[in-house]
Amino acid sequence: MSKILEKEYFSKNVVKLVLDAPEIAKTRKPGHFVIIKIGDKGERIPLTIASSDIEKGTITLVVQKVGVTSAKLLNLNVGDDVTDVVGPLGKATHIEKIGTVLCAGGGVGVAPLLPIVEGFKKAGNRVITVLAARSKDLVILEEQMREFSDEVIIMTDDGTYGKKGLVTQGMEEVIKREKVDLSVVIGPAIMMKFASLTTQKYNITTYASLNTIMVDGTGMCGACRISVGGKTKFVCVDGPEFDAHQVDFDQMLMRLGAYKDKEYAAYQEYLETVETVA
Amino acid sequence: MENLTDYLKEERSQEWRDQIRKSMKTKERTTRERVDMPEEDPNIRNKSNLEVNRGLEEELAVLEAQRCIDCANPTCMEGCPVGIYIPKFIKKIETRDFLGAAQVLKETNGLPAVCGRVCPQEKQCEASCFYTLKLKKPAVAIGHLERFAADYERNSGKASVPEVGESNGIKVGVVGSGPAGLAAAGDLAKFGYDVTVFEALHEIGGVLKYGIPEFRLPNDIVDFEIENLQKMGVNFRTNFLVGKTASFEDLKEEGFKAFFVGSGAGLPRFMNIPGENYNGIFSSNEYMTRVNLMNAANPEYDTPVISGKNVAVIGGGNTAMDSVRTAKRLGAKRSMIIYRRSEEEMPARVEEVKHAKEEGIEFMNLHNPLEYYADEDGRVKSMKVQKMELGEPDSSGRRRPIPIEGSEFILEVDTVVVSVGVSPNPIVPSSLPDLEITDWGTIVVDKDTMQSKTIPELFAGGDIVRGGATVILAMGDGRKAAAGIHKYIQEKIKAN
Ligand SMILES: Cc1cc2nc3c(=O)[nH]c(=O)nc-3n(C[C@H](O)[C@H](O)[C@H](O)COP(=O)(O)OP(=O)(O)OC[C@H]3O[C@@H](n4cnc5c(N)ncnc54)[C@H](O)[C@@H]3O)c2cc1C
Ligand SMILES: Cc1cc2nc3c(=O)[nH]c(=O)nc-3n(C[C@H](O)[C@H](O)[C@H](O)COP(=O)(O)OP(=O)(O)OC[C@H]3O[C@@H](n4cnc5c(N)ncnc54)[C@H](O)[C@@H]3O)c2cc1C
Ligand code: SF4
Ligand code: SF4
Ligand code: FES
Repeated sequence: MSKILEKEYFSKNVVKLVLDAPEIAKTRKPGHFVIIKIGDKGERIPLTIASSDIEKGTITLVVQKVGVTSAKLLNLNVGDDVTDVVGPLGKATHIEKIGTVLCAGGGVGVAPLLPIVEGFKKAGNRVITVLAARSKDLVILEEQMREFSDEVIIMTDDGTYGKKGLVTQGMEEVIKREKVDLSVVIGPAIMMKFASLTTQKYNITTYASLNTIMVDGTGMCGACRISVGGKTKFVCVDGPEFDAHQVDFDQMLMRLGAYKDKEYAAYQEYLETVETVA
Repeated sequence: MENLTDYLKEERSQEWRDQIRKSMKTKERTTRERVDMPEEDPNIRNKSNLEVNRGLEEELAVLEAQRCIDCANPTCMEGCPVGIYIPKFIKKIETRDFLGAAQVLKETNGLPAVCGRVCPQEKQCEASCFYTLKLKKPAVAIGHLERFAADYERNSGKASVPEVGESNGIKVGVVGSGPAGLAAAGDLAKFGYDVTVFEALHEIGGVLKYGIPEFRLPNDIVDFEIENLQKMGVNFRTNFLVGKTASFEDLKEEGFKAFFVGSGAGLPRFMNIPGENYNGIFSSNEYMTRVNLMNAANPEYDTPVISGKNVAVIGGGNTAMDSVRTAKRLGAKRSMIIYRRSEEEMPARVEEVKHAKEEGIEFMNLHNPLEYYADEDGRVKSMKVQKMELGEPDSSGRRRPIPIEGSEFILEVDTVVVSVGVSPNPIVPSSLPDLEITDWGTIVVDKDTMQSKTIPELFAGGDIVRGGATVILAMGDGRKAAAGIHKYIQEKIKAN
């Protein structure tokens, strides 16, 4: 059980939560995630540890509301407990001083990108961050990203904020302008697929952090499996980061949709019964 | 072993045992038929979570207990990895001292209600019973009687908590709360250690909770036995992954002097055939975890599961049987086993295969999957299957399955559960570079003390050592390791 110590809205559907979790705070590194579960009947979902404070014994999560469990989490308040929190899970990001790092995040991927941006910056790299969203009100964590980036480029599909265009256009602008040594992309599978194709064109080593569906997060079930370089890998123990140019994103896209209908129905029901009451 | 022989002899010569032996002629005992376990109707149970075996009534239990002739040399005990004093507990049942019988069980087995249900008795204690060995008759139903005594005690509300030794304040860590870890924890507590069990998941019990289904082993029975351990002073830490949440070094700094690792065989194997990552294709671990641990079939719970109409389960072990019977209970029209050898080679327990057949499970033995096909959403819709025939025996002694060319056909399926085995959980070995492991990833230990040769304060047992075994073998390992840890710590204290 972990108590919520702070809660701050970054936007309507994105919240920062600080949890009391001294053991996890002590051992976590950028790239690690936790699995949380709310209540006896809840499901287990993975969330990246955005930052931690060893002295206070806390970890910070940045959560975007997309379905039932994330919505339940957003509905908790300071003083409430998150029933189960386990971690740190996964392999830590391999952070080194390499030169210029181009980070690209879209949608649900912006939150898990934050600790990676911070890590590369603190390791002494030049960090350029591209944030992509459909429109202005969906741009999240801009301020936090600016703190650890030498430059932040914002791309919106409809041009309501930053530049009009896709994440790949923002990335190409940078690649054409200066030498990029490494790229990290996190976001919806479709975005990672095209971001990865872009960097492949320019031969830039690229890591993608895969947000597959998970259950246990300890390598026990295989729900998170994905094909990398033709081999089946388990994202929770072999990842979450992989060489993006080897990942079969089409397969990942397909696997993410496995429970779409059930998730949608459950979310609608949740919204009707819970959120209208609240 | 001399002590044990003496002990058995002494116990057996006690007056009550003598009396009960003489109360009935041996001939009368050995000519009785073995009692049958009452079972739930197959057509009712295959639509519910009701336990299949309903347990013996008191009268039946006493009748069966009378069959045991209280052998001077009880060979049955050699077949029990935790060394239950079998004739003693059975004779207690015969005298109707059911609580006393349960107490005998608990001297050596912390989970009698579990073992009485899921032990492969026909290969263990019952295989070494005098009836099997010498009389060539069905063995005394040791497992059913064990279950009876344990259930009786639980339902009586008078369950006794095993005595624990005076606390010595020495901290010992147990990694994993499956049967190996629980057995080790129980014995360590009895020796007086300050025991903490660390479990990665949010529930205690390992495979007993996330694997073996409710209709064979109800969760509240597992919980009851765990509560007993808690009453003995064992601490439990859920959501704690040793090697990740804290390292062994961290725990040593916190004062832990020795560890027992019972982290199990968690990693599911796949066959690496085309299409295996399509939606609707699960490992049996995922399928069982969703249904058992996360309660996915109950709409009140948030975790979803796909319940198919045509379900194929690949494999012939206990896990495959549990998966295929679970699929039936989730409403499958066709629930099929696809196994590449014949029924004779099936590793699953005979009882489970029988129960599965009664419940309407189809067996496609001597068949092997080659490829899966999906619809436009990536959901599996059919598979290519090839027929097999048996050739010469292979290294395992079982006849090798050989594909029959040209026999391939397409089978319509919308859910597939791959149940072709598991590999050891890699988290502990990968966090300890000095730990000696085999090429298979199992931990190498001394077979008597269960101590690692390269890290002396680390002991291990269960599936992480054996690669995949049974509840009772895991428990036997846990008990051996507890004794090994006790010896190791006491010797260290003496040396200082
Ligand atoms: C290693 C890892 C780290 C993650 N870190 C974060 C994080 O820091 N912050 C955060 O907000 N989210 C993060 N996610 C994603 C998060 O786990 C999902 O958003 C969450 O599981 C959704 O659960 P739900 O019940 O709210 O929605 P669901 O009802 O399960 O899903 C709602 C919709 O979201 C889609 N969806 C489900 N899971 C994912 C996913 N993993 N990625 C993309 N789309 C998905 C579904 O297709 C569905 O349409 C991470 C995922 C992984 C694997
Ligand atoms: C579906 C199914 C049916 C079965 N049916 C039978 C049967 O009828 N009869 C029978 O005898 N056997 C059966 N078995 C086999 C039996 O369950 C196993 O052999 C036995 O459970 C092994 O026990 P264990 O204690 O070694 O490991 P497990 O029961 O696997 O427990 C290991 C535990 O350790 C935890 N863990 C792993 N790593 C860590 C870590 N680093 N830190 C903290 N915790 C960790 C895991 O989460 C898990 O809970 C079945 C198995 C399955 C899967
Ligand atoms: S624990 Fe298993 S092997 Fe031992 S007596 Fe009981 S059923 Fe037999
Ligand atoms: S071998 Fe069979 S008959 Fe003899 S004591 Fe054991 S259970 Fe009883
Ligand atoms: S989430 Fe179960 S193996 Fe990765």
